[in-house]
Amino acid sequence: MEITRRQLLTRCTQLLVLTGTAAAALEKTGQAPGPDDTYHMADHWWGMMIDIEKCIGCGNCVRACSKENNVPEGYFRTWVERYQVTEDWEHPKVDSPDGAIHGFPANTDPNVKSFFVPKLCNHCADSPCVQVCPVGATFVSPDGVVLVDPDYCLGCRYCIQACPYGCRYFHPEKHIADKCTLCYHRITQGLTTACCEACPTGARRLCDLKDPNDPVHEFLRNNMVHVLKPQMATGAKVYYNNLDGSVR
Amino acid sequence: MRLLREAGHLVRVALVLAAGVVLFLIIRNAVVPKDFGRYGHFRPEALGVIRAHPVAFAGQSTCVACHDDQAKERAAGKHAHVACEACHGPQAAHVADIANVKPALPDVATLCARCHEKNAAKPKSFPQVVTAEHSGGVACNTCHKPHNPQI
Repeated sequence: MEITRRQLLTRCTQLLVLTGTAAAALEKTGQAPGPDDTYHMADHWWGMMIDIEKCIGCGNCVRACSKENNVPEGYFRTWVERYQVTEDWEHPKVDSPDGAIHGFPANTDPNVKSFFVPKLCNHCADSPCVQVCPVGATFVSPDGVVLVDPDYCLGCRYCIQACPYGCRYFHPEKHIADKCTLCYHRITQGLTTACCEACPTGARRLCDLKDPNDPVHEFLRNNMVHVLKPQMATGAKVYYNNLDGSVR
Repeated sequence: MRLLREAGHLVRVALVLAAGVVLFLIIRNAVVPKDFGRYGHFRPEALGVIRAHPVAFAGQSTCVACHDDQAKERAAGKHAHVACEACHGPQAAHVADIANVKPALPDVATLCARCHEKNAAKPKSFPQVVTAEHSGGVACNTCHKPHNPQI
């Protein structure tokens, strides 16, 4: 069969246009349906209130988080630290056996100031971990939660080093950076986080800073509130009531 | 024409550069998802992926919807603000299949002590005992009802 140059060029163009449309159509129809949208990200700005005076170090939050989020053994999205501070308050003794997943052994020395500090991702508004991600896999969502895109993360570990609070870990099976999601799958459907659900004393409470009726506004107004490492200007949104100066 | 001939080496470099830029744009267009950057420097579908994670803790209001007798007993006592799943563990599986998934009873030997064993780091106002002295090994729920712990 004879084919002229003009015919060849026309055929090629036809083929290009056809495959292009087919690909575009496939992309449209093959798209997964988004989550049902009764939830509006723009209406929320999530954070957490922690009351040091109420924490009893039972480790319920650590166990709940581990079960809710299938956190691998030996890794923690939240953990509880016990501070034991002498008069040399710049050098406190800090322990957290297994992240306090089984609570704490007794300490009864009355001459030492001791208290528990629950820790988790501070869901910083200006997060250092987000700034260093080379591929846009970790981000602050429009409702103020620092998340990791599990399909996009390369596992380069930059964010793990960048977090000044040590809140990220490298998932041993998925080989990606993993962290507290503030139970994003729960809070977007009206539930509280697993740690807050399981806390028996109300020492930790989820808060929505954009909700004018949220108790967080009263909490911030009436208490001596502090965030961790404020000098780093991370915009941390985990607010601690009665945090001791020795806590790092 | 003479200019083009004399600057030929520059034109060739420019062509290679232009080809490089075009190639970059083609590859970028192919690998970066179309709506990347809609809400910020990330893939919006990631939000759906993260939200799709199953829930393990059903939540207090779900428990109370059926177990209102225990809820009433608990609300009358000191454990009023302790959520059901704080002691009974995650029960979303039980909610999904009430007939077949039965929650196991918590082990009182470890459960009560985790909160109430004496520890100097606990807030002074929180009720604490040295269990060995307090009960001498007798199970807590021999005297205290867990839902309303008054004797």
